[in-house]
Amino acid sequence: MITESPLNTANADFSEVVDAGDYFIYPLNKGETMRILDLEGNQAADTLFFNLHDPSERYSAMDTIREQRNVYLTSGSILRTNLNKPMLEIVADTCGRHDTLGGACATESNTVRYSLEKRCMHACRDSWMLAIAEHPEYGIQKQDIGHNINFFMNVPITEEGGLTFEDGISGAGKYVEFAALLDTCVLISNCPQLNNPCNGYNPTPVEVFIWS
Amino acid sequence: MQEVAYTTEIPAGGHWSLRLHRGTSLRITDVDGGANVGMVFFSSENSLERYNAPDTLKGQHTFKLTKGNCLYSDMGRVFASIVEDSLGWHETLCGNSHAEHVTQQWGKRDYQNNQNAWHQNGTDAFLIELSKYGLTRADLPANVNWFNKVQTDANGQMALAEGHSTKDSQVELRFEMDTLVVLHTCPHPLSSAAEYPIGQVQLELGLAEPVAEDDYCKNWCEENKRAFQNNDLYYLGV
Repeated sequence: MITESPLNTANADFSEVVDAGDYFIYPLNKGETMRILDLEGNQAADTLFFNLHDPSERYSAMDTIREQRNVYLTSGSILRTNLNKPMLEIVADTCGRHDTLGGACATESNTVRYSLEKRCMHACRDSWMLAIAEHPEYGIQKQDIGHNINFFMNVPITEEGGLTFEDGISGAGKYVEFAALLDTCVLISNCPQLNNPCNGYNPTPVEVFIWS
Repeated sequence: MQEVAYTTEIPAGGHWSLRLHRGTSLRITDVDGGANVGMVFFSSENSLERYNAPDTLKGQHTFKLTKGNCLYSDMGRVFASIVEDSLGWHETLCGNSHAEHVTQQWGKRDYQNNQNAWHQNGTDAFLIELSKYGLTRADLPANVNWFNKVQTDANGQMALAEGHSTKDSQVELRFEMDTLVVLHTCPHPLSSAAEYPIGQVQLELGLAEPVAEDDYCKNWCEENKRAFQNNDLYYLGV
């Protein structure tokens, strides 16, 4: 459901542009709000959330989808943890639909999806591996890197039980905004994928804002 | 499967874990109808390599699992192929029942009064098995729920299909790498059954037929062919 935010980026307490192929890791504490802005349109922002104080509690795609009885995320969606607890709420969304099933690209899955010889193309999972290697202070390990949200991505399901990767419904200037219900760590990979249309074959920057 | 080497019944609310080698088969039967079998896979060599549902679904452009589909690891390999399926649809996104689901639907787990008829939930069943290998809740990826189907509409609204799995529904897996299989037979987290389900699940283990060049699962899509190549590289020289 399209919902505009009452917040003004001019008043944000923090902002950062994240280039395609880079990661972003930052705390988002209870009561704070974060916006991810799709600057140029159709950019997949692969996002994970962790309990800031215990990363073994994390955003769970399964618990989120099941409890809301819907595979898509939009304003009003409650993002839940693997303990089935509410973690964040999507409070604004001008894109209208975000994906929970597609997961992140990886060099290993790229060999399966495209070609064994594409194993060295950059991928989201590699960005997350670098993030956890460079930021041991968050206590996140490989086993904590689970099933992410793909903000701005459109992955419809057919009646026969098929999955399609459609052209994105996002556009330049669209955003999604969420409020933290507990202290979290946000880990984003700005997807570098060149082999399918999830980024419109042209990965572009996104911008992150936080209001405290 | 070649001859069945071992047959066993897992009661509802049960759990088990076992290592299955490349070249073995596991056949699962919903004996009474209405069963749920939660299942996850890990490499028995390196438990960091584990079943990845998003890779499995997007690699094969599918939302459901049935004959022809392969269960992918997060390292571009296949744990197992679904070589036979009498039912036609199994789901892999709803996760597991938590204690609160079971308590709300059927009353809390109570060994003192119910003994082995206690109301076990899928999450705790998995945590119990995982702990035996030094694995924790961080190591629990999205699981398969065999014998259950969820259907979505154009708006993404999702519902569990009632009465989907009938008596004697059966699915058979052929293992393509040495795998730690962790399973439970606790109720599906969306189950609205009037009573805590008590149906049994039968498991049969045996050696698999060798994988032929024109194997149905390997050739089901180009992606599966490449995944099998990754498995061949993994087993080069073995």
